[in-house]
Amino acid sequence: MDQDRILDEVTSGEYKYGFYSDIEAEQIQKGLNEDVIKTISAKKEEPSWLLEFRLKAFRHWQTMKMPAWPNLKIPAIDYQDIIYYSAPRQKAKLNSLDEVDPELKKTFDKLGIPLEEQKHLAGVAVDAVLDSVSVKTTFRETLAEMGIIFCSFSVAVKEYPELVKRYMGTVVPYTDNYFAALNSAVFSDGSFCYVPKGVRCPMELSTYFRINAANTGQFERTLLVADEESYVSYLEGCTAPMRDENQLHAAIVEIIAEKNAEVKYSTVQNWYPGDKDGKGGIFNFVTKRGMCRGESSKISWTQIETGSAITWKYPSCILRGDNSIGEFYSVAVTNNYQQADTGTKMIHIGKNTKSTIVSKGISAGKGQNSYRGLVKVLKNASNARNFSQCDSLLLGDKCGAHTFPYLEVDNQTAVVEHEATTSKIGEDQIFYCNQRGISTEDAVALIVNGYAREVINKLPMEFAVEAQKLLQISLEGSVG
Amino acid sequence: MLDIKNLKASIAGKSILKGISLHVKPGEIHAIMGPNGSGKSTLASVLAGREYVDITDGTVSYFGKDLLGMSAEDRAKEGIFLGFQYPIEIPGVSMVNFMKTAVNEKRKHHGMDPLSASDFLKLMREKKELVEIDSKLANRSVNEGFSGGEKKKNEIFQMAMLEPKLAILDETDSGLDIDALRIVANGVNKIKKSDNSFIVITHYQRLLDYIVPDVVHVLYDGRIVKTSGKELALELEAKGYDWIKKEVENDVVA
Repeated sequence: MDQDRILDEVTSGEYKYGFYSDIEAEQIQKGLNEDVIKTISAKKEEPSWLLEFRLKAFRHWQTMKMPAWPNLKIPAIDYQDIIYYSAPRQKAKLNSLDEVDPELKKTFDKLGIPLEEQKHLAGVAVDAVLDSVSVKTTFRETLAEMGIIFCSFSVAVKEYPELVKRYMGTVVPYTDNYFAALNSAVFSDGSFCYVPKGVRCPMELSTYFRINAANTGQFERTLLVADEESYVSYLEGCTAPMRDENQLHAAIVEIIAEKNAEVKYSTVQNWYPGDKDGKGGIFNFVTKRGMCRGESSKISWTQIETGSAITWKYPSCILRGDNSIGEFYSVAVTNNYQQADTGTKMIHIGKNTKSTIVSKGISAGKGQNSYRGLVKVLKNASNARNFSQCDSLLLGDKCGAHTFPYLEVDNQTAVVEHEATTSKIGEDQIFYCNQRGISTEDAVALIVNGYAREVINKLPMEFAVEAQKLLQISLEGSVG
Repeated sequence: MLDIKNLKASIAGKSILKGISLHVKPGEIHAIMGPNGSGKSTLASVLAGREYVDITDGTVSYFGKDLLGMSAEDRAKEGIFLGFQYPIEIPGVSMVNFMKTAVNEKRKHHGMDPLSASDFLKLMREKKELVEIDSKLANRSVNEGFSGGEKKKNEIFQMAMLEPKLAILDETDSGLDIDALRIVANGVNKIKKSDNSFIVITHYQRLLDYIVPDVVHVLYDGRIVKTSGKELALELEAKGYDWIKKEVENDVVA
């Protein structure tokens, strides 16, 4: 049938970033123990306090079990079968510190992320992370002129140890959950950003994560601090080669917003999702959390989740400052055998705190999509407001959509609203479009983009178009 | 332009159309009337290319081409428009986006460049005025939350935008008050040219007070049992369908 043909065509060739770059890598042995952690720490020439932090996290992790509550079927993961550190070996003879191995440059060029500043999208600074290390951060100097620190996590540990020490682990402690503990033990790099008081960051900051080497896990940390009255918009993107084995990605993102500061954090997640039979793909187990520490601060999460075999993530906001605002806008797509259990937590602690949740799940093929969200209003959070909207869109009849909203309200003055809808792209809608001369593929794209528009509009302009195309590609051929 | 010969069709094994022949020339308006369940909407579905209807016999040629071999979207791009009896809601898709896609797909099919944003909006404005559609409707999602009358007017607006060669209006008049009916009919009359044709499917004569047909057919039990001039509609209005049924039955007996 036509439908099968299109489905076949698309699912076999759709993932554009599945290539592997032959880059010589410096890797450590497979397996996880205290020696491995000491080796990672030594390779990065870390201060002893950081090694201590890692070891404490590791010891704690050993006492924990993988969470069993998500609505996911996760095959057993052998943590001793993973390489925890893999760094591209840079050719020795580089003329300056700023120079990047041409092979690496080629990889990122192919991904559409040129590492030369003059070539890059105007107004976007990039930290490029390949496997375990950051290979290049662009516009560092330009930003430094305004007092903005934007660099890899490793550089931050060396150059700004006080800032890292002050903030790291304050939003996501290593005891937080299984994958956060694991990350805290073995994290190898990531991005660090500090925007000083009163500064509005003039360009989009972004981190591009690329997994390249086989049998490795990627464990990166991002720490973003917006001091009083500052503003920053941040975007992360990610891709990986197509492989038959699953690969683990367990990251931590911590955001701190001080008084009157605003942070916008956007994610376009496009990890390899596995093939049409559910073989391979990335396990994306990520802890992302922001703390609105100061009054009237604001943290906004926007995520477009189209990749990964399994997604487990709940970008959250702790609204501690009075009048602070938390937002979560999400589109999560599961096609073929992909599974996602994703949502958010909004913890209202301060007075007059506000949160908005807009979650749009799209399930196709045999994909399973769950929204899981917690809205918690503490006793002192008078006049807290929350509005949640969770919509599910089904394409076909072999996929599933699930919603697990949790509400815990301990203050009488709080107003909490929850709306949920489930809809299906019907044959009638498709035919209506066909009859106006619009092909089935275009009709699905129109309907899905219409459905996701509210979230896509929250992305920085440069990326909204990309996200729209990505949605289209992820779903092509799923309705016939 | 349209030549239907001995068309037979069934839905889920049940025979609905039992041998229909119909010839439509450029510039003609044909009215198809008939009691409920006679196969009027099925005929419209077959012409538009709905897949749940199985064609068991007969041919349909459209400008010399085999219509039944064409996909629904190709038929649309070749100038066939169906005004739906129950227009479909598509939440989240703006009318502007929907129409822009449709118009430009059609242009692409005919080897023309897509309209620029400003030209497109200008065209929308012109057509809105032509069919007297409230300009706010065009800013909303396709048919979402529209009243019954608004949905029907929106069909006429889309027809004006797409300028079909053959428009099939499937009970566009049902559920309309007299003002909406007049707007819908005026829209049709303004779009009508010497070279485009209409098949107006209706239950009642009143629409034909405004849209004057060249030919009236009566469809009964899957067959066209009577074809005549516009005066047939009046006769049906006055006498109902029973006399036709009787005539058919007598014919069968005879």
